[in-house]
Amino acid sequence: MVPITTLHYLVVAAALFVLGVIGVLTRRNVVIVLMSIELILNAVNLNLVAFSRLWGLHGQVFAIFVITDAAAEAAVGLGILIAFFRNKETVNVDEVDLLKW
Amino acid sequence: MTPVATPFFFYMLSGLMIVGGLLVITRKNAVHSALALILTLLAQAGLYLMLYAPFVAGVQIILYAGGIMVLFLFVIMLVNLERMQKEKQFNKQWLVGLAAALALGAMFVAVYVKGRALFPEHVVPLPEGQNTQSIGLMLYGNYMFAFEIASLLLLVAIIGAVVMAKKRI
Amino acid sequence: MLNYVTSYLDKNVQVTPGQAGNLFWALVYILCVFGGVSLVVVCMNWLERKILAHMQVRIGPMRVGPHGLLQPIADALKLILKEDIIPEGADTVVFWFAPLIILLAVFSVYCVIPFGPTHAITDMNIGLLFMLGVSSLGVLGIVMAGWASNSHYPLIGALRSSAQMVSYEVAMGLAVVSAVLMTSLNAQGTGTLSMIGIVQAQQSQHVWFAFKFFPLGLIAFVVFAIAMVAETNRAPFDLPEAESELTAGFHTEYSGLRWSLFMLGEYAGMIAVSSIATTLWLGGWMRPFPNLLRAPAWDMAFSLFPALTFFGLAGLTFYGAARMAKTSFFRLQAMGLAGFGGVLGLIGLILLLPPVRTGIQDIYWFVAKIAGFLYLFIWYRATFPRYRFDQLMKVGWKVLLPVGLGVLILTAAAGVVAG
Repeated sequence: MVPITTLHYLVVAAALFVLGVIGVLTRRNVVIVLMSIELILNAVNLNLVAFSRLWGLHGQVFAIFVITDAAAEAAVGLGILIAFFRNKETVNVDEVDLLKW
Repeated sequence: MTPVATPFFFYMLSGLMIVGGLLVITRKNAVHSALALILTLLAQAGLYLMLYAPFVAGVQIILYAGGIMVLFLFVIMLVNLERMQKEKQFNKQWLVGLAAALALGAMFVAVYVKGRALFPEHVVPLPEGQNTQSIGLMLYGNYMFAFEIASLLLLVAIIGAVVMAKKRI
Repeated sequence: MLNYVTSYLDKNVQVTPGQAGNLFWALVYILCVFGGVSLVVVCMNWLERKILAHMQVRIGPMRVGPHGLLQPIADALKLILKEDIIPEGADTVVFWFAPLIILLAVFSVYCVIPFGPTHAITDMNIGLLFMLGVSSLGVLGIVMAGWASNSHYPLIGALRSSAQMVSYEVAMGLAVVSAVLMTSLNAQGTGTLSMIGIVQAQQSQHVWFAFKFFPLGLIAFVVFAIAMVAETNRAPFDLPEAESELTAGFHTEYSGLRWSLFMLGEYAGMIAVSSIATTLWLGGWMRPFPNLLRAPAWDMAFSLFPALTFFGLAGLTFYGAARMAKTSFFRLQAMGLAGFGGVLGLIGLILLLPPVRTGIQDIYWFVAKIAGFLYLFIWYRATFPRYRFDQLMKVGWKVLLPVGLGVLILTAAAGVVAG
């Protein structure tokens, strides 16, 4: 069995990133779009921590900051979702078109 | 401690992660997606442990799986998604989106294949028992400014979320 | 193979089975923990009903066995034989998984709890962080249970319960950080997150952390004690499962064996957080006054406590058997009770043997402290009225959080001044 190198972790992170991008671009439910954004952030974190094993602890510190920012962003994003839902009674991304001509 | 059965654990955990990611983007029911995302996050914590990053793994479980996902589940329950479950799940340009994402994936593969020589496997011998202490010293030493900015960011996020979700400001 | 198994029994081994890489003994310890927790849950069922009853000036169950001692077995049989009802429109997969997630979260905490210097399943470097993390996964199980039931009482109960647990996790975390801060006040200035390391820090600093920097350690301990009652959804914070308010909250729609999984999770959670509190503040497995009363005579006196406890229990049992009515109906019960008393006395005698006596010390004092906490849980349930939900959240965020922060800052200042 080939030993597990950093490249293996990077490939897994890339796959997760692609899955997250597909989720953001193709789903109509805002909550699932937000969850796909969390997938993207996790892929980035995995990348950072995989590299930190080669080049020192800075990657892990950056990963902790990314997790903190993801928490803040999820909170504000879900707050916006609740505010929007209160107005329009739907969580469909296609119906966020109040500024359309 | 010497690592044991590394390829087995790596393939199992990354398989769980990829399966969880696929379930997140394809389920009709938002609660099922959230549970699949929790599976992905826990598998990722396992991968962090394999990369000798126990503190980040602990933070991932506490904050992400135990905090952010509870927030997601709360909002899914407060927002009535029953009607959404019966509509179409994928939007009209799903083919273009899929193609763009796959092109991005192909770009990743190209970068990794061409740049193989850039990742030499010299592993920094990080003292295993000292991970938390070293991260603490770095957070409060080199990255003190970023730490304070992050706490300010969290304060702004708290105020913003409370204001957003209030009925009357 | 045999060498692998017996290598852990070597006297010079000073690590836990997990650290020594000995999976066989780790499995043995895991089975012991499972068995012990199940036994304690069964005892807690009976004890809770009896103690609540006596505090409310009535006697509890008396019919099933002598003094109701076989009541938990009758309860378990009833729950196993009940019909398993899944409500219509419930999400079956999530309905199935919810009790399992709670049990997983609660039982994973036992991996890091030390019953002695080497008596733990494993000792991680981030043991405390792991404990906080997996106990926060229990909230997910409750939310899943409430959602999957497709009914509004469980949903409201689940939302209330998860909001309460998340709020009190913050206060718990701050109290825990105060304790970890106290571990770093040694000569090298290095603290540790490993549970065994925290107890050994208390041992080397010659003080239980509850009494360190008096009253700061005590306030941190009290904050944790209050937060842990709220974490486990016990009275007075049991609005999510209050029978008069929400018809049993998030586990309303669960019947039979599934409901017993929730009950097992709740009691196991109580034991888990009690053992965390014991490890962090009450000196873990150390006997009282290990440094003040150090002479071998005191060691001998304290080592007799396990045997004396069992002799006391046997004495109470014999007294109860002697007091039973002398009619033929009660003769069988009196004989059964006397037999039980005999078994307890026999265990007490076994605990008098010198090798057993020295080996059981750590485990006995740890379990004794946990037993004290469990009695406090039952006492709170009998005594305090229930908190209303807004009062509950007010206490969690506006009282415990500032107090926890204040204790943390003052502990850090005291540490700097003292060192």
